[in-house]
Formats: sequence, C-alpha cells, structure tokens
Amino acid sequence: MSAIEGTEPAAALGGGAGRAPGVSGEGRAARLRRALRHRSLMIGVVIVTVIVLLVLLAPVIASQDPIKQDAASTFLPPSGAHLFGTDSFGRDLFSRTLHGGLYTIGASLAIVLIGGFVGTLLGVVAGYFGGAVGFAVMRVVDLMLAFPGILLALAVAAIMGPGLDNGVIAVAIVLVPVYVRVVEGATVQVRNLPYVDAAANLGARPWQIVWRHILPNVRAPIVVLTTTWIGIAALWIAALGFLGLGVQPPTPEWGAILNDGQRYITIGWWMTVFPGIFLALFGVGVNLIGDGLRDELDPALT
Amino acid sequence: MTAYLLRRLAGLIVLVFGITVLIFLMIRLIPGDPATAILGQSASDPAVVERLRGQLGLNQPLFVQYVTWVKGVLTWDFGYSYNQQRAVSGLIAENIGPTIQLTVAALGLTVLFGLLFGVVTGLKRGSPLDTGIMGSALAAMSVPSFWLGSMLLVIFAVKLPIFDVVGGTGLRGLVLPALTLALGGVGFLARFVRSSVVDTARQKYVTTARAKGLSRRSVVLGHIVRNSLLPVLTVIGLQLGNLLAGTVIVETVFSRPGIGRLLVDAILKKDYLTVQAVVLLIAVVYAVVNAVVDISYPLLDPRVAAR
Repeated sequence: MSAIEGTEPAAALGGGAGRAPGVSGEGRAARLRRALRHRSLMIGVVIVTVIVLLVLLAPVIASQDPIKQDAASTFLPPSGAHLFGTDSFGRDLFSRTLHGGLYTIGASLAIVLIGGFVGTLLGVVAGYFGGAVGFAVMRVVDLMLAFPGILLALAVAAIMGPGLDNGVIAVAIVLVPVYVRVVEGATVQVRNLPYVDAAANLGARPWQIVWRHILPNVRAPIVVLTTTWIGIAALWIAALGFLGLGVQPPTPEWGAILNDGQRYITIGWWMTVFPGIFLALFGVGVNLIGDGLRDELDPALT
Repeated sequence: MTAYLLRRLAGLIVLVFGITVLIFLMIRLIPGDPATAILGQSASDPAVVERLRGQLGLNQPLFVQYVTWVKGVLTWDFGYSYNQQRAVSGLIAENIGPTIQLTVAALGLTVLFGLLFGVVTGLKRGSPLDTGIMGSALAAMSVPSFWLGSMLLVIFAVKLPIFDVVGGTGLRGLVLPALTLALGGVGFLARFVRSSVVDTARQKYVTTARAKGLSRRSVVLGHIVRNSLLPVLTVIGLQLGNLLAGTVIVETVFSRPGIGRLLVDAILKKDYLTVQAVVLLIAVVYAVVNAVVDISYPLLDPRVAAR
C-alpha cells in the first residue's frame, strides 16, 4: 500500500517542534505533488467530488419534486422521463436519489464534526492533563469500545427514538470513544517531549501548549480517522434509515429510499439498484481517500 | 501463566459488570417514567403501571434496582414483553438458533477467504493479483451490507430464481445471508492479514531461515504465515462481534428469524425490555469471545506468556 514511504513519519512526531503546523510553503507543495501521484487517493477524490457535485446540484439537474406523489405513474421502470424510474408513490427516483444524498452525506459530516470535536477534546484532556478525570474518561471509553459499534448506535437510537437528528447523535456517540482513544495515545506520546517541557518552562499556559504544540502533532491521525469515519458514518446513518430508525418518510435519504426498495424488491429492481450505487460509491470513494491519506500522512498507522 | 489467566479473567469480570451497569441505566435514561415506557400501550391501566413499578423497584434506590435486575438476568429472567405478551427469555430462546447458525456460517466464510486472500496477496505483493484482490477488498468493506443483500436478492432471487426472496432457515436459505454478512469481514481480514504477512516477511528471522537454505515452502509456511497469523487472531475475535451486530441488518434484509431482527422489531415497537436483553446478550458474548482470544494468545505465542 504505502509505496511512497519517506520523510513524513519523523516530522509527524516531534520533529516539527518549533515550526508552524503548516510547515513551509515548499514542503506543502511537495507534499501536494506527492499526493497527486497517489493513484487510489486521486480516484477517491474524483469519485467523491462527482457524487458531491451531483448532490449539491440536485435542484438544477433533478428538477422534479423528490416528494411529490403521482398516483398515475407508480413503479415505472427507468426511462427518458424518469431516469431511475419511479417508486410506489410515483415519485421520481432520480430526483429522490440526488436530493437524498444531501441528507446522507450531510448527516455523516455532522456526525464526524460532533463526535470528532467531543472525542478530540476529551482525548486531549485525558492525554495531556491525565489525573482522575483522565482515568475516568479512559475507563468509560474502554467500556464503550467493548460494544460492537453499530449495536451501541442502535441502543442509543432505541432510547432516543427514530429521526435524523437522533440518528446523528447516536452515531456520533459511538464515534467519541474512537477519537478519544486515538487522540489520547498520540497526546501521551508528545506530552513528555523536551520541546513541550521547554514551552511549559517558558511560561506557556496549558491550553496554549495544547493548541500550539500538541494538536499539530496529533493532526495526522485525526485527519485519517475523520476521513475513514465520514464513510462509516454515511453507511451507518443509511443503515438506521434502512431499518426505519433514521430519517422518516417522505424525506429522501439513501438508506430510507433503499428501505422502500427492499419492500418492493420483487416489483422494481431500480428502487434498490440506483440509490445503492450512489451510497456504495460514496463509501468506496471516501475509503480510497482515507487509505491514501494514511499512506501520505501517517505511515505508522498502516 | 496462571497469573496472566487470573488477570485476564478479572478484567473480563470488571468489563461485564460495566456492561451490565450501562445497559441497566439505558432503560432509566428513557425520557419519562420507565414503567410507563416499558408498558407502552398497556400503560393505560394505572394498576398495571403501579405493579410494574413495584416489580422494578422504582421507589427504591438505583443500586437496589440494579441488584434486582441482575438477579433476574442471572436466572435468565429478562422481564416480560408487554408488546409481544410473552416472557423476553422465551423470545430469545426462540430466535437465537437461526442467529447462531448465520453467524457461525459467516465467520467460517470470513476466516477462510480472509486468510486465503490475505496470505496470497501478502506473498505476491505488487502483482496484478494483489492489486485486484485488494481493490475488491476495499470495495467489499465500503459497500453497505443491507444494499449488498438487496442486490443479491434482486439478482439471485428475483431475476434468476435460484433462491427464495424470503429465505427459510434451511441450508438453502442460509447461503445469501451468510455471504452478505461475511463479505465486509472478508475484505477487512484480507487487508489485515496481508499487511501482517508483509511485515513478517521483513523480519530478520525470515532472512536467516532463507540464508540457512530452508525450502521456500518451509520458510513461507513455517516462518512467515505461522507468525503472521498471531495478530490476526485478535482481529477474528473482533470480527465475531461485528458479525453478531451485523445480523441485525442482514436478518432484516432477508426476512430471517433471529435475535437481530428481534432487536430491530423491538426498537421500532418500543419494546424496551427485549431491546435491553438482546443488547446485553450480544455485548456479553462479544466481551467473552475477545477475552477468550486474549487468553488463548500465550498458548500460541510463548513470548506473551513470558511477559
């Protein structure tokens, strides 16, 4: 996988002591050139960009109302008028699929933002400040990681009830301990390096040290983790939608559309095939990017 | 060795205790009165609500409530599903068989193909075969199982009527669900095994083995593959948990009976005691399996036992 191993791993851990997070302009350009040569990374970027563009341009490309029912045109197979066919309510599936992406992808971004922020915060607290709070945080994290992730998400969704917002919170909660574990580990590794001591001795405040010296060094694992989890979060929120626990009808979301498709699987294959291809391709694209970033930023993780 | 065993066992006990506390609190976190929530539609009768409040000990301290609940669980009593009008333990007993069947079949497929693809690609690194299999592995991991299951149904049950859309519990009904459940795990395991094989092949003892003139077969099987499989064991343990959790989705797609589908139905019907019991069951099995994997580690690797 990591065909291009090289300069970065040392710099990622402490080597970049005095430098600003972005390193120098030249270094960044070199890194960018290298990333452009990484084939799976580029394929991933292309796939994700195309899907995101299609989804964002949905109001322009798919002009038909995604929730407007038409009793006269139910279960129509794909045709010129309905590119992806229509569903049990006569709604245009092309339109539903493109508009639905906004919910699935938007929800997955919200999940990693919420889960990533809370998890990183707790991870830094546990890793840098430690103490009784850190100990307590890590034990709760251990406990949460003892559950299979999707099971924990389902349990939380069961308590909070169905709905997109609740689904986002449920998956974000599962994500928190994953971030805490990774960020805590990376923080502990840099906490005792001489330059951090030096900063403390020069009178830097704890949060300044965290912001300027700890976070830049845990950035690589966070970026890799976030990318990977955008994909997983999209699959999980769609899974909740598929099970009827996520987005509620008639809102189009990829998982919820696939739930409709499953119900009428013997009548119309198109209701299953098209939205699923979008979801699957998004998952593949994001994972390719994650793989590529891992090779580029943090070979030690592979 | 004994000390290691005891330490692991103690760790497992603490973990299972933590799991039970968390799952116990789950019901208490439901907005509103737990008894009313558990009863659902049956809550219209105040006398019934009061009786359940007494049974759950809701007027007593949380700690006492927990002990009451655990005592029940230890005697395989998970309460009464008011929604289904049956004891939860009966629902579980009825549904656990097909789930075990499905999980074991999927685990078998995962291990078989995961190891096979991982070892082959690890040994043939950089070959077209490697690129092809690893690309497919990534795709297999990224494709949601519920879509994969639906696609298999479209192709092999609707378009080509080889299997039935609503699968029975026989062997024929097991093929598509087991494949669906296993595929993501195969991809994950193959990638993991591959990197482990590649790592091991770089070790100095492999060079030594080659240098002293051992046959390629002996180096590959005795030195590379054997040593690269140790870390894989842990991953297989983790996979079992994912497979168990994955049954939730796969059983729903294929309309198969099982505790996964029981869980989804229970969540949708707000049948909280059933939800609690199934989540507890899966979580404890997951914890125990991982502890067993941990414990079996030193039996296979004397270096760990020595530590």
